Amino acid sequence: MDLQILLLLGQDGITNGAIYALLALALVLVFTVTRVIFIPQGEFVAYGALTLASLQAGKVPGTVWLLLALGTTVAVLDGVRLVREGRFAKLTPLLILNIGLPLLAAAGLFAMPPTQLPLWAQVVVSMLLVVPLGPMIYRVAYQPLAGASVLVLLIVSVAIHVALIGLGLLFFGAEGSRTPSFTDLSFELAGAPLQGQTILVVVASASLIIGLYFFFERTIYGKALRATAMNRTGARLMGIPPTLAGKLCLTLAAAIGAFSGILIAPITTIYYDSGFLIGLKGFVGAIIGGLASYPVAALGAVLVGLLESYSSFYASAFKEVIVFTLIIPVLLWRSLTSTHIEEEEE
Amino acid sequence: MFKKLTLAVLATLSTAVLADVNVGVSVSATGPAASLGIPEKNTFALLPTTIGGQKVNYIVLDDATDPTAATKNIKKLISENKVDVVIGSSTTPNSLAMMDVAVDNETPMISMAGSAIVVEPMDAKRQWVFKTAQNDAHMATAIVQHMTDKNVQSVAFIGFADAYGEGWYKEFAKIAEARKLKIVASERYQRNDTSVTGQILKVMAAKPDAILIGGAGTPAALPQKALKEKGYKGLIYQTHGVANNDFLRVGGKDVEGAFLPVGPMVVANQLPADYPVKKSALEYVTKYEAMYGKGSVSSFGGHAWDAGVLLQSAIPVALKKAKPGTVEFRHALREAIENTKNLPAAHGIFNMTPNDHQGYDQRARVMVTIENNAWKLVK
Repeated sequence: MDLQILLLLGQDGITNGAIYALLALALVLVFTVTRVIFIPQGEFVAYGALTLASLQAGKVPGTVWLLLALGTTVAVLDGVRLVREGRFAKLTPLLILNIGLPLLAAAGLFAMPPTQLPLWAQVVVSMLLVVPLGPMIYRVAYQPLAGASVLVLLIVSVAIHVALIGLGLLFFGAEGSRTPSFTDLSFELAGAPLQGQTILVVVASASLIIGLYFFFERTIYGKALRATAMNRTGARLMGIPPTLAGKLCLTLAAAIGAFSGILIAPITTIYYDSGFLIGLKGFVGAIIGGLASYPVAALGAVLVGLLESYSSFYASAFKEVIVFTLIIPVLLWRSLTSTHIEEEEE
Repeated sequence: MFKKLTLAVLATLSTAVLADVNVGVSVSATGPAASLGIPEKNTFALLPTTIGGQKVNYIVLDDATDPTAATKNIKKLISENKVDVVIGSSTTPNSLAMMDVAVDNETPMISMAGSAIVVEPMDAKRQWVFKTAQNDAHMATAIVQHMTDKNVQSVAFIGFADAYGEGWYKEFAKIAEARKLKIVASERYQRNDTSVTGQILKVMAAKPDAILIGGAGTPAALPQKALKEKGYKGLIYQTHGVANNDFLRVGGKDVEGAFLPVGPMVVANQLPADYPVKKSALEYVTKYEAMYGKGSVSSFGGHAWDAGVLLQSAIPVALKKAKPGTVEFRHALREAIENTKNLPAAHGIFNMTPNDHQGYDQRARVMVTIENNAWKLVK
C-alpha cells in the first residue's frame, strides 16, 4: 500500500464523492423546502446520462415522449382550472410553455440528426429535455398533496421512482451506455496519473455548489426558497406562493441531477437502474447532514465516496455493507446530540 | 340439458388442451443480465411448435435477474400454466432459487446458467435439474491450458460478488492449483458497480502475469476498461459469460486482446470443416440471423436453442410412456433427457448420464480473442 495507490484511491473517492455531494445537496434542498424525501433524484441522473448517450448515438431519446406527456397533463390540469375561473389571459402562456415548447423540441430532434451537433450542444439539449420534468412532476404528483405528512410524500416519491425506472427501461433499453470523455488529458501528480475527466468533475461540482450558494444568498428567488424552508406559513404570508417554491426547488433538483448524470456518463457505464444506487449514496450524505445542513451534507457525501473507494480496496466484497452501515452510527450520534422538537402538523 | 351439453363440450376441449406439451420459460430479459436473457428470449420464438405430433406451447416470462422474481415465475408457471418442463433461468443465482420449486413439484428443469453448482454434486434434488451451458469447470480448464501454454506463472482474479463469481473462483482455483499456477489476488465487485478502482489497484499491486475477470454480460467490461486505463500490460482473460455483441459495444477499444473460452457456435464460420459441432452450430446461427439480422447471434441464445434440442429429442420418447400434463409424463421426460446420447447441438454434443446432467466434453469450447471488435478463433 504505497502513496501512489493511496492517491489513486483518494482521486476515485473524491470524484464519486463530488457527484454524491451534488445529489446530497439536491436532496437536502427538496426536503427542507417541501418536506419531500426525493427518492427519484437518482433517476434524473440516469435520465440525463442516457439522454446524452442517445443523442450521441444519433437516436431520438425517449425522454422527449415523457416530456410531451407530462406537459400535456400539466396543461390540462391547470388549463381546466383557469378556464373555470375565467382567467383566459394566463391560458396562452400556459399552453405555450407546457405543450408548445416540448412539441418544438420533439420536432427539432426528429428533423435534425442529433449526431451532427457538437458535444456542448448535445449537453445543452439533454439538460433542456430532462430539467422541465422536475416542475412537471411536482405539479402532477406533489402539488395536490402539498400539506400531507412526510410519510405520505415519501410513499409518493417511491411510486414516482418505480414509474420512472419502468419508463427508463422502455426508453433506453436494458443495456447500459457510456459517452465519450469530455477530455482525454492526463496529468502526473506525485507519481500517480490524474485524469482530466476527474478534475472536470470536481471543478464542475465545486462551481455548481458555489453557484447555488450565491443563488441562495443574493437572488430573490433563492431567498424565497430559504424563507419557505424555514417557515411555510410565514413565507405564504409574505407573498411567496408555496407552489412556486415547490416547482423551483424541483427544477433545481432536476438540473443538479441531470448535470451530475452528464458528468459521470463518460466515467462509468450507466444503466437504466444505476441512478437509484447513486441517489441512495447521496442520501447517506444527506443524512449525515441531518437533511438540514448543506455544508455537512456535502462533506458527508465526499466522506461516503472516500469510504467506498478505500473499502473497495481493503474489503471489496463488503464495500456496500460498509458504506450503508455508516448510516447507523450517524443516526445514533444525531439522535443523542440533538434536542427533539415536536412539529406542529400544518 | 343445455348445461350438460356445455359441460361435455368443455370437458372434451379441456382434455384436448391438456394433451399439449407446455414448456414454461423464465429468462432475465431485463436487469444486469439482460444481455444474456434477450437473445435467449428471442431464440424461443425460433423453436418448433410441434414435437412428436404434439403441439408445444412456450410460455416465456421475465425475471429481471432477480432470484425472488424467478421463484415467483416458476411458481406461476407450475401452478397456473401447468407446465411439463421449465427452462430457466439465465443466471446461476436465479437457477438455484428456482431449483427448489421445480424439485418440490417434480418438474424437470433445464437451466441456461453457467455455474456447475446448478447440477453438481448430484443429489436427490439435482436429479431434476439439467443444464445446457458449459460448466465453468470446462471453461476454466480451457483458460488454464491457454495460460500454461503462454508461460503464465501468477494469476489474479476479480469477479462478481455473487454465485457466478464465487463459482468461477472455486473452479478456477482448483484447476490452477493442480497446474501449479499461483493465485496472487482475489477481489469481488457488484454487477451494478460504477467504479472498481480500489479492486483494480489491489490486483495490479500484486503484479500478476495474467488477470481473470469472473463476470458475465456488459458489467464485465468495467474491470477491463479500468485495467487498460491504469496501464496493465499482462494477459487478460474473460469468462464465456461475455460472449455477446453488447459486451463488444460497451467495451469498445478497451477490450481488445482479451482471451476467452466460448462455445464453438460463436465463431461457427471460422471452425475447421471437420469440427464435429460445426453443422449443428451453423444451423442455429443461420436460423437466428435470418430472423434477427446478420451478426445479431449471441452465445447465450445458443443455450436456449440447446434446451430446445434436448426437448426435441426427449419429448417423443416421453410421449410413448405417458400423456402431457401428468406427473408420469414429467418423470418420463426427466428420464428421457437423462438418457440423451450423442446429440449434436449448437454448443457441443450432449452425452448425459445420471451423474452428469450437463453432458458436454472438450468439443464444446474453443479459445477466442477479441480483435477489431469481433471474435477471432485462436488456432
